[in-house]
Amino acid sequence: MSETQALDLTAKNTQTVGTYIKSGQPYVWLTAAAISVSFIVTVALLCLTAARGMPHFWPSDLLRAEYVEPGQAPVPLLVELVDSEEVSSARLKSAGVTLTDEKPFHSRDLVKVANRDLYGADFRYLLDDWVSNRSYPADAVTLERTEWGNFHGFIVGVKQDGKLIAEGDQVWAAYLPLQRRANELREKLHELEGGEIGNINYGLEQVRLDGRRLAIDGKTPETAPEAFQKLAERKADFEAQYEKVRSGLAAIKTDMRRDALLLKTVDGQEKELALSDIVRAYRPNEMGLFAKTSLYFAKLWEFVSAEPREANTEGGIFPAIFGTVMMVLLMSVFVTPFGILAALYLREYAKQGPVTQVIRIAVNNLAGVPSIVYGMFGLGFFVYFLGGNIDKILYAESLPAPTFGTPGILWASLTLAILTLPVVIVATEEGLARIPRSIREASLSLGATKAETLWKIVLPMASPAMMTGLILAIARAAGEVAPLMLVGVVKLAPSLPLDGNFPFVHLERKFMHLGFHIYDVGFQSPNVEAARPLVYATSFLLVLVIILLNISAIRIRNRLREKYKALEG
Amino acid sequence: MDIDALNAARAPKRIEDETHAIVVKDLDLYYGQKQALKKVTMNIAKKKATAFIGPSGCGKSTLLRCFNRMNDLVDGCRVEGQLKLEGKNIYDKDVDISALRRNVGMVFQKPNPFPKSIYENVAYGMRLAGISKKSVLDETVEWALKGAALWEEVKDRLDDSALGLSGGQQQRLVIARAVAIKPQVLLMDEPCSALDPISTLKVEELINELKKEFTIVIVTHNMQQAARVSDYTAFMYVGDLIEFGNTDKLFTRPEKKQTEDYITGKYG
Repeated sequence: MSETQALDLTAKNTQTVGTYIKSGQPYVWLTAAAISVSFIVTVALLCLTAARGMPHFWPSDLLRAEYVEPGQAPVPLLVELVDSEEVSSARLKSAGVTLTDEKPFHSRDLVKVANRDLYGADFRYLLDDWVSNRSYPADAVTLERTEWGNFHGFIVGVKQDGKLIAEGDQVWAAYLPLQRRANELREKLHELEGGEIGNINYGLEQVRLDGRRLAIDGKTPETAPEAFQKLAERKADFEAQYEKVRSGLAAIKTDMRRDALLLKTVDGQEKELALSDIVRAYRPNEMGLFAKTSLYFAKLWEFVSAEPREANTEGGIFPAIFGTVMMVLLMSVFVTPFGILAALYLREYAKQGPVTQVIRIAVNNLAGVPSIVYGMFGLGFFVYFLGGNIDKILYAESLPAPTFGTPGILWASLTLAILTLPVVIVATEEGLARIPRSIREASLSLGATKAETLWKIVLPMASPAMMTGLILAIARAAGEVAPLMLVGVVKLAPSLPLDGNFPFVHLERKFMHLGFHIYDVGFQSPNVEAARPLVYATSFLLVLVIILLNISAIRIRNRLREKYKALEG
Repeated sequence: MDIDALNAARAPKRIEDETHAIVVKDLDLYYGQKQALKKVTMNIAKKKATAFIGPSGCGKSTLLRCFNRMNDLVDGCRVEGQLKLEGKNIYDKDVDISALRRNVGMVFQKPNPFPKSIYENVAYGMRLAGISKKSVLDETVEWALKGAALWEEVKDRLDDSALGLSGGQQQRLVIARAVAIKPQVLLMDEPCSALDPISTLKVEELINELKKEFTIVIVTHNMQQAARVSDYTAFMYVGDLIEFGNTDKLFTRPEKKQTEDYITGKYG
């Protein structure tokens, strides 16, 4: 008898392609590659927008130089270097530049010359070879103005009430405290205009509307003398208030115009500028790293917290951030209960059959409808039909000026709620389907009705799934622009949809949105070069806002998940 | 002492001599076209344990689920005949199903605690019944947990999630949950099938305790278990009630051939 043959378990033919595929290694690599690519693309997107947008707020040095085009007199320049690129000679020639040498490539600089009021354009291109006599004078100053963009030049003197009070070396020291004073006054003026005057205007508008309402009701001063008397009193009261505020306002305005700067550009043009027209001034060439960093963060803060100026190419984007977040939150408030109720009926109450199947397919298809179609629907149904009728019934006195019959944040949120509804319904339905039957039976067997079981057991357990739906909805809604252009977003909204005037939340108002802001600044602005970094910075901020909204929703979901984690097995 | 009386006391008690909690008469049940129960007629003794045995698919769980109308949840399920609880036909139109289920509690195959705290699990049924007074709830939760032999193990962590308990503890918790609303009848659908032997032993001891206060109906695959815990046993086979009677008698001297074949392991 031979011995039992030993079992041969050693691997054979490890080198063939077949065994390699069978081993599963390629799938590991394939899946790893897929996730790496997704991750890298996302990070690259963030990095690109940040890298292109964020340096915009860094205070650049001012280069003083002479630009000598062949055969022309030298032109003095005081510029910020923005960008530099290598351009082929052929391209330059075809652009009409007369080249004097035979180099195949020339480096071309994009510089910000500022002084739009004097030169006509903020930016120009320079051939690097023709720039000479470079220096960085310490007293060169950048002024951020409320109008006409930045000013590059030198301060010659400081004037108070038309008299020169500082000259030569003292100007900078004399100027700084005066600018602080001017900024404080501007803030005060802004508060007064937004607060008290806003209230008075609102009150006067109410008086006017009340008068119209009386007229619509068919009352005349003869038939209802008391009501009209009261109106006149209220009107007089507001007007008296206004008179009082107005004198204060005028005082502040003259006060603001007290001081002025005497300025000179690098090519010798002189200019006088009231401090009230200046936002801030700095001498970048003499600033250290620390001073520049603090100025950088001040400008960054201004960007996220201030209102836009100059056709959105200067100042901040706070109203757009606010509008985006408020619109998304309103959308969540509308879509969540609606979507959950719909999913509840579809999954829990409706008899499962071909009809529910068709409805389910229809809901899924809704998710694929282009968003602009929702915009059209929102405009036609919400704005014109619903809003128009609301105006006819509730706001007849202000017609023909529409109140709700015009695009506004309420309609935008509702439109987006409809747009994101399928996502919430599908996610909630899946969550409901995952609740084990045994848990429902346990509740029913204890004497709970179906509604009690749903409310006390099933819905809480399905809440993480609902949050998943909401997260997807937020992600989609926050990035949506096309339908919003039809139902409520504007380039510049005069007031926020939330403020101190009764009733505080103004759902009928138009609003600004980061996504639309990107489009507007990037493609509708006349000042392309000034807008470019803002487009990146705004995109970066929009992504950040969406990430922030999502993170908060995800944290809530994880909490719920922990609380209602499903039974094992 | 009278020797006859002594013998009578020793002799297995007959189901006909008991008070009946549930009376089933000519009960037919259909799932769509398929008949799952055929003219079942039986009486369930009050404050005794009754076991249903039989091979898989014989209808024993279906019959059990008739007692608290859990079959109502199944689409296309139709019941004919009478099922009287304390004299009232529970399939009458005017029956409040919630009230019925409060009186006929149920424990399922797999432990199914709610994802809530231990305390809230036990208090759930009471809260549904509208009891919200803290002292009453506290007292009843303690009573129910003691009744389910779980109190000592969980009294210090009543606010912890019930999902943190072991399988055996979870099963005793759901028994406590069912007991807390003080039902007349407690239905148990293979309550030990997902448990280890030690937990099974504990639950069986518990059933022996509980039948002093509740009428218990238990479905089981395990014939030893039926023999250990029940007073009466019903053997079912493809929708028919084959034999029903005193447990001792059914396991030692079955009347029907089919019963004998099943308990001796000839099929099943």
